[in-house]
Amino acid sequence: MGPRRIGQQGIVFAVFTALFVVFALTLRGFFTTENMLTLLQNVAVLGILGLAMAIVVIGRGIDISLIAALAVPPGLVLQMVQDGHGLPISLAAAFALTAAFGLVNGWLIAYAEVPSLFTTLASGLFLAGLGQAALFKLDVVQWSPGLDGFERLGQGNLLGIPMPIVMFAISCIAVAFLLRRTRIGAYIYAIGDNPYGARVTGIPTRPIIVLQYVLAAMIGCAAGLILAASVNSMPTRIFNSTLIYDVILVVVLGGIGLSGGRGGVANVIIGTLLIGTMLNGMTIMDISYSGQNLIKGVVLLIAVITDSFLNPRNEETAQQGDI
Amino acid sequence: MTISKWTTLKTLFVGIGLAGAAASPALAQKGLDEPFQGAFKESLAGKTVAYVPVAMNFDLTEGWFAGLKKELEPYGVKVIVRDPNWSTNAGAQAVTTLISEKPAVMVIHNPDVQTYAKLLQRAENEGIYVIQINMGSSYRSSAFVGANWIEIGERDTEAVVKACQGKSNKIAIIQGALSAAASAYTLKGVENVLAKNPDIKVVSSQAADWDAAKAKAITQTVLKQNPDLCGIVGFWDGMDIGTAAAVKEAGLTGKVFVATSGGGERRGACELVKSGAFDLNLSYDVPTQAEQMAGMVKWLVSSGVKAGSIKGSMYTTLIPITKENAASDTACWNLSDLKK
Repeated sequence: MGPRRIGQQGIVFAVFTALFVVFALTLRGFFTTENMLTLLQNVAVLGILGLAMAIVVIGRGIDISLIAALAVPPGLVLQMVQDGHGLPISLAAAFALTAAFGLVNGWLIAYAEVPSLFTTLASGLFLAGLGQAALFKLDVVQWSPGLDGFERLGQGNLLGIPMPIVMFAISCIAVAFLLRRTRIGAYIYAIGDNPYGARVTGIPTRPIIVLQYVLAAMIGCAAGLILAASVNSMPTRIFNSTLIYDVILVVVLGGIGLSGGRGGVANVIIGTLLIGTMLNGMTIMDISYSGQNLIKGVVLLIAVITDSFLNPRNEETAQQGDI
Repeated sequence: MTISKWTTLKTLFVGIGLAGAAASPALAQKGLDEPFQGAFKESLAGKTVAYVPVAMNFDLTEGWFAGLKKELEPYGVKVIVRDPNWSTNAGAQAVTTLISEKPAVMVIHNPDVQTYAKLLQRAENEGIYVIQINMGSSYRSSAFVGANWIEIGERDTEAVVKACQGKSNKIAIIQGALSAAASAYTLKGVENVLAKNPDIKVVSSQAADWDAAKAKAITQTVLKQNPDLCGIVGFWDGMDIGTAAAVKEAGLTGKVFVATSGGGERRGACELVKSGAFDLNLSYDVPTQAEQMAGMVKWLVSSGVKAGSIKGSMYTTLIPITKENAASDTACWNLSDLKK
C-alpha cells in the first residue's frame, strides 16, 4: 500500500504542476503575483470548507449539510444586525445555532447510528428550510451599516495578502495541529481506519464523532462569515448550488480517501490549488459555464475512480450506508 | 335670428331649469346606479387566483405576491401560492395540480421557455385565464406582464458603451444562469447593441449562475487581466453585488461602469447605487408590475371572455436608477411597506 499512496498524492500534484506550467507558459497574465493572489482568494472559502469536510471524511463520515452551516448562521448574523441587534449578540446567536446544529448531526450519527450521508442530507435541508421559513425575510440577506468594519474579514488585506487567504492559512495550521499534534486528531484517524477496532481499544468513539460534526459546522459557519464579508451580503440560495460537490471534489481530488483514515491538510491544499488553477485558467480563457462544468465533472470522475482503485473499501469494516 | 334673441331664449331655458330643480329637490338627490360595478364585484367575489413563482423568498416574487394580495383580497379574491423553490419539476407538478383545482386565474412565473408551455395551453383550454409574468413561455396566454429582457440588455449595454467613449473600449459581461431565458434574452439585447458598436471588445462573457460569489471571482480575474476595463454589463443586481465588490476591491469604483438590472427593492437597488457600487440599475419596479397583474386579473375575470381567446402583453416601463434619483423616495420600494 505504501508506494501506491504516495502515487495517489503524487499523481494529483503532478497534474497540478503540469497544468500550472502550461497555463504559465501559454496564458498571458496568468503567472503574475496579482493573479496568483486572485487565484488563491477565489478558492479560499472553498479550501476552508474542504478542511471541514476533511475532518469528517478522515473519520469515515461525510457532511452534506456543510453548505447549510455556511449559509444559515452567517445569514442570521446579517439579518439580526439589519433588524437592529448588536453585532456581538448576533454572532453569539449564530455560533449557538451552529453548535446546536453540529451536536444534532453528531448525535444522530454517533448515538442513533444513522448513516452520515442520510443524516446530513436531511439536516442540511432542515436548516436551510428553517432559515428560509423563519429567519430571513429574503434569500439574499443584505449588508447593513451596523456591520461596518466587519467586511474587512473578507475584503481587507494583511501585509498585502487578501484576508480570505490569511484566514485559509490560519485554518490550515489550526486543523493540521488538531489532526497531527493532538490526541483527538489521532483518535479521528483511528476511528476512520477501523471504528470497531478503535472502540475496542478504548477510544471514546461516539463523543469524538459528535465533536467532528460540531467542528465541521463551526468551520463552515466561519467560511460563511468570510464569504458574506467578501460579497457584502449572504446569498442563502447558495444552498441550492453545486458548491457541496466542489467541496467533495477538493477533498477527493486531494487524495483523502472517502473510506476514511487517510490524508490530511496537505491533501486539501493540493486539491484546492488544483481547482483554483483550473477555475482561474478557464476564466482567463473565457470558457463557457457549461464547458467548465463538463471539465470539472470529468476531473471529479477520474479522481473518484482513481480513489476507489488506490484506496479500496475495507471489506472487514465496511457496512451498508458507508460511502 | 339675432344674437340677442338667442341669449334671451337661453336665459329663459336656464331659468326654467333652475325653477324645475328647485321645485323637485327629491329627484336631484336620488343616486344613480352605476350598472357595471355590481357585476364586477360579483364576478370577483369568491374567486381564486393561483400564483406560481420560481421560488418565494426573494424581492421580486415576495413583492408580486404582496401586491396581488393587497389589490385583490379586498374584493373577496383568494390568492394562493405554490412555491416550487427553484425546482422546475415541482413547479410543473404544481401547475398540473392547479389545473384540476380550477382557479379562476393562474399567475405564472416561468423558469424557462419550454417546461410549462403545454400545461399553460391546457389550463386555458380548461377555461383558466393564464397571466405569465416577467418570464414568458413559448405559449402566448391571455396576458403577459413583465420586463422586456431584450430592452434591458440593450439599455444597459448602451449605457456601458457610452461610458466607454474615449477609454479602452474593453467590457465584460456577467450572465445569469445559462438555462434561464431571462439571461439569454438579455444577452440578445447586449449583442444587438454590440453589433452596432464594432469597436467595443468583449474581453469576458461568462455565466455566474445568479451567484454573487461566482460573479466576484470572475470579475476579480477579469480585472487582473484587464485593469483598463471600462464597463461591465451585469444581468441581475442580486448577483452583481459580487461584481461590484470585486470592482471596489480593485480600487476601480467610478472607473469601471457597472450596469445591472433588478426589481428595484431599496436595499438591493437604490442603496447600492447611492454607495457607488452600481452606476446604473434598470428597475422593473415590482409594485407597478404587481398592480398591472392585479389589473389584468380584474379585467379578465370581469370581462367573462373565453380564456385564451384574446392575447396581449404589458411590458414594464423601466425606471433607470442612477446617482440622480437613487436618494429619492419614489425610485425604489420597500418590501415592508408593500406587506402592510
